[in-house]
Amino acid sequence: MEVLRTNVDTRSETYRHNREGFLEQITLLNEQLALAREGGGPKYVKRHVERGKLMARERIELLLDRDSPFLEIAPLCAWGTEFALGGSVVSGIGVVSGVECVVTANEPTIKGGSINPYGALKTGRTMEICAQNRMPIINLTESGGADLPFQSTIFVPGGRGFRELTRRSRERIPTICLVFGSSTAGGAYVPGMSDYVVMVKNGAKVFLGGPPLVKMAIHEEVDEETLGGADMHSRMSGVSDYLAQDERDAIRLGREIVAQLNWKKLGWSKRVPVEEPLYDPDEMLGLASIDVRKPFDVKEIIARIVDGSRFHEFKPTYGTTLVTGYAHVHGYPVGILANNGILFSESSEKGAQFIQLCNATSTPIIFLQNITGFMVGSRYEQGGIIKDGAKLINAVSNSTVPHVTIMVGASYGAGNYGMAGRAYDPRFVFSWPNHRIAVMGPEQLAGVLSIVRRQAAERAGQPFDEAEDAMIRQMVQGQIEKESYAFFATARVWDDGIIDPRDTRTVLGISLSAAHNNVIEGATGYGVFRM
Amino acid sequence: MPPAIRKVLVANRGEIARRILRTVRALGLASVAVHSDADARAPHVVEADEAVRIGPAPGRDSYLAMDRILEAARATGADAIHPGYGFLSENHEFAARVAQAGLVFIGPPVEAIRRMGSKIGAKEIMAAAGVPVVPGASLADLPLKESLAAARDIGFPILIKASAGGGGKGMRIVREEAAFAEAIATARREAESAFGDGTLLIERYFDAPRHVEIQIFGDAHGNVIHLGERECSIQRRYQKIVEEAPSPAVDAALRGRMGEAAVAAARAIGYVGAGTVEFIVDREGAFYFLEVNTRLQVEHPVTEAVTGLDLVRWQILVAGGAALPLAQQEVALRGHAIEARLYAEDPAADFLPATGAVALWRPLDLPGVRYDSGVEAGSEVGVHYDPLLAKVIAHAPTRDEAIRLLRRALAALGVGPIMTNRDFLLAVLDHQAFAAGALHTHFIEQHLPPETRRAARTPAHDRIHAIAAALWEHAARRRAGGPLPQSVPSGWRNNRWRAQDASYVLGGERVEVRYVAEPGDGFVIEGEPPARALVHAVDTRGIAVEIDGVRRRFAVAAIRDALVVHGPLGTATLAPVPRFPPAEREDLAGGCLAPMTGIIREVRVKEGDAVEKGAVLLVLEAMKMEHQMIARDVGIVKQVRVEVGQMVDPDEVLVVVEPREA
Repeated sequence: MEVLRTNVDTRSETYRHNREGFLEQITLLNEQLALAREGGGPKYVKRHVERGKLMARERIELLLDRDSPFLEIAPLCAWGTEFALGGSVVSGIGVVSGVECVVTANEPTIKGGSINPYGALKTGRTMEICAQNRMPIINLTESGGADLPFQSTIFVPGGRGFRELTRRSRERIPTICLVFGSSTAGGAYVPGMSDYVVMVKNGAKVFLGGPPLVKMAIHEEVDEETLGGADMHSRMSGVSDYLAQDERDAIRLGREIVAQLNWKKLGWSKRVPVEEPLYDPDEMLGLASIDVRKPFDVKEIIARIVDGSRFHEFKPTYGTTLVTGYAHVHGYPVGILANNGILFSESSEKGAQFIQLCNATSTPIIFLQNITGFMVGSRYEQGGIIKDGAKLINAVSNSTVPHVTIMVGASYGAGNYGMAGRAYDPRFVFSWPNHRIAVMGPEQLAGVLSIVRRQAAERAGQPFDEAEDAMIRQMVQGQIEKESYAFFATARVWDDGIIDPRDTRTVLGISLSAAHNNVIEGATGYGVFRM
Repeated sequence: MPPAIRKVLVANRGEIARRILRTVRALGLASVAVHSDADARAPHVVEADEAVRIGPAPGRDSYLAMDRILEAARATGADAIHPGYGFLSENHEFAARVAQAGLVFIGPPVEAIRRMGSKIGAKEIMAAAGVPVVPGASLADLPLKESLAAARDIGFPILIKASAGGGGKGMRIVREEAAFAEAIATARREAESAFGDGTLLIERYFDAPRHVEIQIFGDAHGNVIHLGERECSIQRRYQKIVEEAPSPAVDAALRGRMGEAAVAAARAIGYVGAGTVEFIVDREGAFYFLEVNTRLQVEHPVTEAVTGLDLVRWQILVAGGAALPLAQQEVALRGHAIEARLYAEDPAADFLPATGAVALWRPLDLPGVRYDSGVEAGSEVGVHYDPLLAKVIAHAPTRDEAIRLLRRALAALGVGPIMTNRDFLLAVLDHQAFAAGALHTHFIEQHLPPETRRAARTPAHDRIHAIAAALWEHAARRRAGGPLPQSVPSGWRNNRWRAQDASYVLGGERVEVRYVAEPGDGFVIEGEPPARALVHAVDTRGIAVEIDGVRRRFAVAAIRDALVVHGPLGTATLAPVPRFPPAEREDLAGGCLAPMTGIIREVRVKEGDAVEKGAVLLVLEAMKMEHQMIARDVGIVKQVRVEVGQMVDPDEVLVVVEPREA
């Protein structure tokens, strides 16, 4: 396989500018991640620890195998909203007793671990990851239930979580619940619907209605332990399968349960010995554009992500704005589709063909998305750009091999769809901090609206207020810019997280390995290709 | 003429069995080992051509069981038996039975063994042969006046002891005449009450004598020569731990006189084979007969080093009827040799024998250094036998060089996690009195009291050892693999909350290593100050790691609950702190746990007994020593979990005492 060459000039003004911009964004990212790690703040953390309880992240660290990586999913969920950064839940992928699992833990120091709309969104996403990649889920439960003032946004959709748990079970995907504290009312169905339940002595409280409600309803006076303590559930009700002496003991039991799962990864790929890329991944910070309006050569990125910087390019001289080809990442064979400009008919068709080829050999696909859209204009419309774009979207929609999408720049318009954006169910999608996402670029969008207004004024024969237009344009552009900002996107779980570009290869490795828990088999059929 | 020797059975174990087997092989003879159940996989068994199980672990049922050993010789067709040292080596009955079975006993004649078996008898024989003996007298019923006269003849200081005695009862040291009468009276009363016999012995007392012994060799043709002396003054609990040849206190003239006396002693009993005549030497260079050891000595390698001879070869030749290969004037001494005995023991706890695993055994190959070891990596040291692990012998042109070489070999020896006296041996070698050759049998009490016997540890070294252990374990886990590609960085986080960590207990203290793996083989080690580590090489046997710019190689071995790390900074035993500690241990309050593997000899309490704090609950015998297990608190005995004769393991619960308000 050919080794990609590099043309990096680390002394150029562009390189320096990009690098500075990226480093600034990464600092911002790390600051936000640090904020997310603070939980409910010092006061609540102190109170929690003084009760002899472990923090959500401490529980996860203990649950994971030593030295296991942990790919946290949506750590900046709810960013910029009125809800706690992270959505009061910590979720991610790590190795437990030699098995890749999805782990999710309530943050009990934030409003008692109660569920808010963003947390529900994130929980939904983790259940999706379990289902798509066939990975066991371990819930570390301590939650006061729905965040009541926001119950209207949670109650109806939130019910899906319990249904998802039992569906995982039906799919023979193990569901394990370790109950550390409250898990009441609807929350009681998290253990209730799980395959395995461990409850911590003197910690777990699991009941449909607490003592006040019981008193209200049937005039029974009863304490919490009798009503739903770990001891009661382990000896009498059978809601708990294991009685843990303390929190560590619960985690130990959780690890032992996973060790008994007889877990087999079903995905098979012909892996090869791993070679690190020849070029320093740090250079990606100077090579990629911090300003997504400026194009960059995506092959420079590929050269810093794939094994040995080796890339077998498919159709290198045809439809060159979409780079397609084969490589290995952490030894896994992959197909890569990467944007190197606008999508034309040729590049779209090339992409559709390449996706079919990857499916024919059951090869996972990586999408490096930096797309401002499909080409417009009469020449291209007459040439059938819609027809060819549809081929790409048809192929990507019906492809059944794992897709992992990395947003390395712009993601505008139908390009997002053709390149396996969130709505196209890639197994994972991660973004770089320079990433911008919207139906089109903010400038274009503001400009389009301005033209529409101007035309309307002309049609109505009214004078066009240039000053007002400029103001509106600026306002609209500002709003779109804000809404297409990477942090805005990740807050809404449009991606699985913003990553440091230098971690791209590692994130891909973990994602590909996770995907191999499920069968990897290419599609046998597609929608009708419009010819 | 005895029959030709073709196959030798070695009736011993440990380092001496291996050492004898080595010569047996070198002489082109076939070899047979015998072993107890405890030694079924011991190195000496593996190394012999044939091996025979002779019984269960206790010595009396195996290595002391004459019938079984003779049966083993018959079953294998061995025609000679080498007894080594200890066990049956000085048992004249065994020597006789070997001969009766038509086999060659590789040792002295039965009669010589028998006559030297009695200490008093031996002393009389030697006195008669003109060998100087420690002046002394039996006081019997002598009146005080005559007793004092006898004491004056002997010379002060005088040691008074009970004729029937033992165990120090009735023993008195009298330094001047004025105190003599009083001391005699007291000693007699004590002896009478303790033994019902007031007969006293007096003899010259030596304050700081040297222990010097002469290696003798005789053959069946009437030749007897000596191979010079060994000084064995460095002793603990009456056992030698450092020996050397020649003695720094013996010059050619003294060597000549002592050698002649030893040869005379040998001739007096018709000695054939290897033997040792032990003397004490006082400050003035006067020497007095102590006893004859009718066997190969533990410390024979120092004589082999300076003479260039193989004493086991000579033993076999002589036993086969050959004449001694050399005459006295052909024996030449070259250079200086020192031997250190590496024991499994705790010097700070009065040299209490230790049991446990030898997970790490890594002697360093050094020119001039010989290792006679009874263990290998993976050996277990139990309670049944002497805890000698190995002898390390250094031979160099001068004494100073020999000390330095031995020091280096001991320091570089990777051994653990079993506790050893290695650091203590180093302290002996490093002592200026040792360097000066100012040796005597109370050297250790005088220069190295118990409080000095703990190896000095520094937090900096502890940290380095803990880092080496953590990164070695880290590499082992990585090698074991997992579901993710190995190339995914260890402990990677996209939202790092804290470092990876490993905690150990080292010397009773908890040491935590917090590390973050970097691309390549680098690690950032958190702490004050932070450090950087780079792993250059790592495998199952050790790790080469650079910490803050200094690269060191550490040998590492792991067993169930301990890691041994050995390198240029010494040896550390680290107990990994489990992530999930086992459920709370039963409250023992005033009860007791077995401190080591051993056998219960006495149980002094029964369930329901009220015990005081400090009361003896039971007696545990381990490593031939009796340990009293005491109540740590006042209370009622709730459970007695053991009975007399039962074997117990370390940390096994023996007695549970329910505490009670005093």
